[in-house]
Amino acid sequence: MSGLHIKDISMRFDLPNGGSVQALQNVTLDLKEGDLMSVLGPSGCGKTTLLNIVAGFLAPTEGEIELGGKTVKGPGAERGMVFQQGALFEWMSVRENVAFGPKMKGEKEFDYAENVDHLLDVVGLQDFKEKAIYELSGGMQQRVALARCLANDPDVILMDEPLGALDALTREKMQGLVLKLWKETGKTIILITHSVEEALLLGERLLVMAPRPGRIHKEYRLPFAELGVGADLREVKKHPDYNSTREEILSMIWNMEEEIMGRTEASV
Amino acid sequence: MTGLLIVLVYVAIFIISALILGVLAGKALRATGFNSLKTVTFGDESAVTPNRAASVVSVVTLFFLWGAFTGSSLIPSFLHAPGPFIGDTSFTYTASDGAGNSDDATVFARVHIVGETVDDPVAEGADDGFAKNDVIKVGAWRSQLIRVDRNDELGRDENVAITAINGQPIAPGARVRVDDGEVGMTPKGTLNFIPAKGLQMEPIWLPSPEAVFARFLDVATQGYQNATLWEHLGYSLFRVVVGFLFGALIGIPLGYAMGLSGWFRGWFDPIVEFMRPVPPLALIPLVIIWAGIGETGKIILLFLAALWIMTIAARAGVSGVNITKVHAAYSLGASKAQILRHVIIPNSLPEIFTGARVAMGVCWGTVVAAELVAAEVGAGMMIMVASRFQLTDIVIMGIILIGVIGFSIDILFRVAEKFLVPWKGRS
Repeated sequence: MSGLHIKDISMRFDLPNGGSVQALQNVTLDLKEGDLMSVLGPSGCGKTTLLNIVAGFLAPTEGEIELGGKTVKGPGAERGMVFQQGALFEWMSVRENVAFGPKMKGEKEFDYAENVDHLLDVVGLQDFKEKAIYELSGGMQQRVALARCLANDPDVILMDEPLGALDALTREKMQGLVLKLWKETGKTIILITHSVEEALLLGERLLVMAPRPGRIHKEYRLPFAELGVGADLREVKKHPDYNSTREEILSMIWNMEEEIMGRTEASV
Repeated sequence: MTGLLIVLVYVAIFIISALILGVLAGKALRATGFNSLKTVTFGDESAVTPNRAASVVSVVTLFFLWGAFTGSSLIPSFLHAPGPFIGDTSFTYTASDGAGNSDDATVFARVHIVGETVDDPVAEGADDGFAKNDVIKVGAWRSQLIRVDRNDELGRDENVAITAINGQPIAPGARVRVDDGEVGMTPKGTLNFIPAKGLQMEPIWLPSPEAVFARFLDVATQGYQNATLWEHLGYSLFRVVVGFLFGALIGIPLGYAMGLSGWFRGWFDPIVEFMRPVPPLALIPLVIIWAGIGETGKIILLFLAALWIMTIAARAGVSGVNITKVHAAYSLGASKAQILRHVIIPNSLPEIFTGARVAMGVCWGTVVAAELVAAEVGAGMMIMVASRFQLTDIVIMGIILIGVIGFSIDILFRVAEKFLVPWKGRS
């Protein structure tokens, strides 16, 4: 593949009352292979819409997505997706969930079984391979979702708040896992999150989006993801730039939120 | 009267057993585990577990009341409700001609169980005067008109009328209480002896449990109405299963199509939404007109009963699919056919099972009703014909068997559900 190109994407939703909402306006982004990008922004800034467009679930009103020289027309196996929750198949065991992608491609079980086993070991589920999904905790379920996505060997992994439903401790462990998988597999990853800390730790590139209309506000290039690979994430947080960057981004988002609130109040 | 008494006894047993088992012995039976530590249980539905002792007492009570009020030999006789009077009794009547002449005579009555042959009772004592003693036989729970003057020397034609029973005055339309029963007088002046009925139910209204069981054995071996019991039940079950299978065979794919295609949904929505609230029983007359009372008509009816339920269940199953599952499957490279096969169908199975349980219940009810209306063989036909001959024992036996089969079908589905869709309600 030769990178993911998001070319001048605009998205307008028509409302039933005749009006319309500009969810995204002229978003342009280029990711090269192996990029780890986290996307942050106040609610309503179009993060999830952008991800859904890249995944192919939505068609943009303007612009196009190009991956490896080909225009994206719909969902495809080269763009794997990890959802916040509820995307696993309860009627399959952990192993069957992870093997879903290769199986759908028509690969022989003999060919993918070893890789599936290996991925389950990597995400630390070696003892839960034959369990049912509903027997696992939330953190374990997200490990399955990660492994399932990787088993399909996509070029790009799209993560829509993958750790949002987890408790703080599990979340920290999973952040380490995401970094590890990124480094080991060299996949291009776009990760949407609500947590500034998570965006800092899991974003070699960090994109801050602004709402109404949804657009790119600022992009950072950060060293923390690289530092965090295989390291204690709490140590990374002691980096001299960490806190200042965090404060900067937080106040940026606060200002956006206040602007929205002010606008809403003015319109009321 | 008896009915009110039964209700009172039932309520009394409920309260007494609740006091004994629920309060006095309650400590031993109280919930164990986590629920035992909850201090708030009133209003917390999850803390309410069925008290199995209550279930046992409840079922035993039903059979006890049934036995007690039918004089069943299964329970000791001192627990029986008072039965009808059986045996010999007598009362005297006074006849007078209105001119001061009167005479007494005795009526000897022998009350016997209906269907038994007994000899006439024997008149005893002196029998002088113009009024003569009478002997009668009466069946229990029955009454007997007595023209006492028929053998008297002076009767109705001589303007002699009966004025008193056992010394108590009586007039046309009145009733007088005597030993072991009552004596009434018709408007024309004929005496009517009504032996005491007691509080037990007459077998033609409610047979005893053992009589029902005996009838069950009898029908199971001898059959009834040109078919064995197993043929009656088997035909009913056969109709239900075939009708349900056809309904599921058409309904489930139709429901999927309605859940997946706007054209299908638009086309079939008016039909399904209209047919859904039509009770299958309302279709019986039309089905009989079109297809007759044979197997075809029954199966068409049950097919229609199951069809809409299964269609709606399958449609709900499709619309219940979490869109992220579908998105995830597409992102993993699945085709439409693969998504149908590996995501939509398995995800809709819990809904389909629920629908199937409902459909089987409705079908079972509908087949019995359809057989009540018209059938040559079947559980409903069996009890309908039996009721025309007042064979209450067959009717009750049939109702119990119909209930047992309906319950078994439901249990069967629940067990199958547990094995086939273990993820139900756990996503």
